[in-house]
Amino acid sequence: MAKIIVITSGKGGVGKTTTSAAIGTGLALRGFKTVIVDFDVGLRNLDLIMGCERRVVYDFVNLINGDSNLNQTLIKDKRSDNLYILPASQTRDKDALTQDGVEKVLEELKLTFDYIVCDSPAGIEKGAHLAMYFADEAIVVTNPEVSSVRDSDRMLGLLSSKSRRAESGERIKEHLLLTRYNPVRADLGEMLTVSDVEDILSIPLLGVIPESQAVLKASNQGVPVIMDELSDAGQAYGDAVDRLLGETIPHRFLEAQKKSLLQRLFGGR
Amino acid sequence: MSLFDYFRDRKKPAKTASVAKERLQIIVAHERGQRSQPDYLPQLQQEIIDVISKYVQIDRDQVHVALDNQSDCSILELNITLPERP
Repeated sequence: MAKIIVITSGKGGVGKTTTSAAIGTGLALRGFKTVIVDFDVGLRNLDLIMGCERRVVYDFVNLINGDSNLNQTLIKDKRSDNLYILPASQTRDKDALTQDGVEKVLEELKLTFDYIVCDSPAGIEKGAHLAMYFADEAIVVTNPEVSSVRDSDRMLGLLSSKSRRAESGERIKEHLLLTRYNPVRADLGEMLTVSDVEDILSIPLLGVIPESQAVLKASNQGVPVIMDELSDAGQAYGDAVDRLLGETIPHRFLEAQKKSLLQRLFGGR
Repeated sequence: MSLFDYFRDRKKPAKTASVAKERLQIIVAHERGQRSQPDYLPQLQQEIIDVISKYVQIDRDQVHVALDNQSDCSILELNITLPERP
């Protein structure tokens, strides 16, 4: 049975697309047939993060309108045979996505895929609504910062009222993913800690992704950061995928790295 | 932090995270309260105002509608301030 997972946050710039790319790739690398769907109509970016921007021919809206079929529209990832990308349209027509159209495409995807990862746009407009409407599970991406936490709480409210599951009396399974976490600043009392955010949002913690240079390095190259297995962020995403699949793994990268005496004296990083 | 910073800046850092947490807890609790309100409440309030203004001149701000959910019952509270009689 295919599972639809929405990656959402309300606020922009917190790491939804980075997370969609990483989680989707992680699921594919673990053997699940996965498609990542970009719902950000007009501001397509998943293709760039995945490094397939030059292979986009048709898009989500073409598929809905019947201008192209699934085979023509899906882009197969070059790194994994299990991974496909459905790019968003760059149209400026904000009504291009319709609920019936999205439902039809998702039903078709469900026939061949194990996981459908929906990359939601920021905000609470139509694109964001449709990305979450058909979801079975939601990963709420949050930064340890006031506006992001507040917007995440707002999204949790919408997930529990304006989704198909909510309308039929079921619940969407919610996961918290804290990104851009800086344990040093949290220790100093300058940044909300993991438990602060857990206290406020009170949903189960899927993972904590440390603020990391690897994320920009990966997006520069169009490689999902989870492929950088030596990096802290890549490993943290790997753990999050394993937890999503039901494993229990202790959280890592929550403690500030102890600096050596030499680093402390000479200000090394 | 280099050797020089170590001597220069030894005052305690401000704990702004606790301020953030406190503010968030208040605003999130407030917004969750509003979220649990049924969708018809604003319309109900408007219609009540319409009915009353047929008979008395009132201000929109003078009507307060609140729904209080208790364990086994809900209380709809209407608070309408009528203008002073001339």
